[in-house]
Amino acid sequence: MTGVTATFKPGDPVRVLTGSPPGHIRTPVYIRGKIGRVEALHGMFGNPESLAFGGDGLPKRSLYQVGFPQTELWERYTGSPRDTLYVDIYEHWLELA
Amino acid sequence: MRGVHDRGGWPGAGPIDRAEHHLEDWERRTDAMVQLLSSPKKAVTRVDEIRRAIECLPLDQYEFLSYYEKWTSALETLMIEKGIVTRDEIERKVADLERKERGD
Repeated sequence: MTGVTATFKPGDPVRVLTGSPPGHIRTPVYIRGKIGRVEALHGMFGNPESLAFGGDGLPKRSLYQVGFPQTELWERYTGSPRDTLYVDIYEHWLELA
Repeated sequence: MRGVHDRGGWPGAGPIDRAEHHLEDWERRTDAMVQLLSSPKKAVTRVDEIRRAIECLPLDQYEFLSYYEKWTSALETLMIEKGIVTRDEIERKVADLERKERGD
């Protein structure tokens, strides 16, 4: 795992950015603006937002696994309050919360 | 704005149909073409481009087309975009196949 330029580390609370830019965005709408916790760094990958339009995907971006409590995502969630959803999110979609 | 593909929490989306289904030959061929064109050796297209082309489908088509129909539609979009085939060539081939099927 490279990750030498990774900004966040496991355990960091992060908020997903709320923008809605056009294009190929791999951050689902329902987690934008939500707060989760960094679980792991997957590594550095070409930026899909550029690759999707024939670009070179550079600079590579850190990709994190972020855990969100289901109760944070869905107002009427009736499952266990400990249920967690894990989503892979690129660094440029995250800020420290 | 939310893309047509971005379905998490989509109101009224209902449960996911998880039934297994038989794959037709054309579906296997479509898969093979995508694998080949996006292989590191050919590198004609990328999975990210395929996804983008699918996400650009109008909502009614996105709802109506099957999984591999979306893939063929994306391949068509991308191969035209990249100048590998023209819309005209594809339409002529389709007309040709339809004629053969009718036995003209």
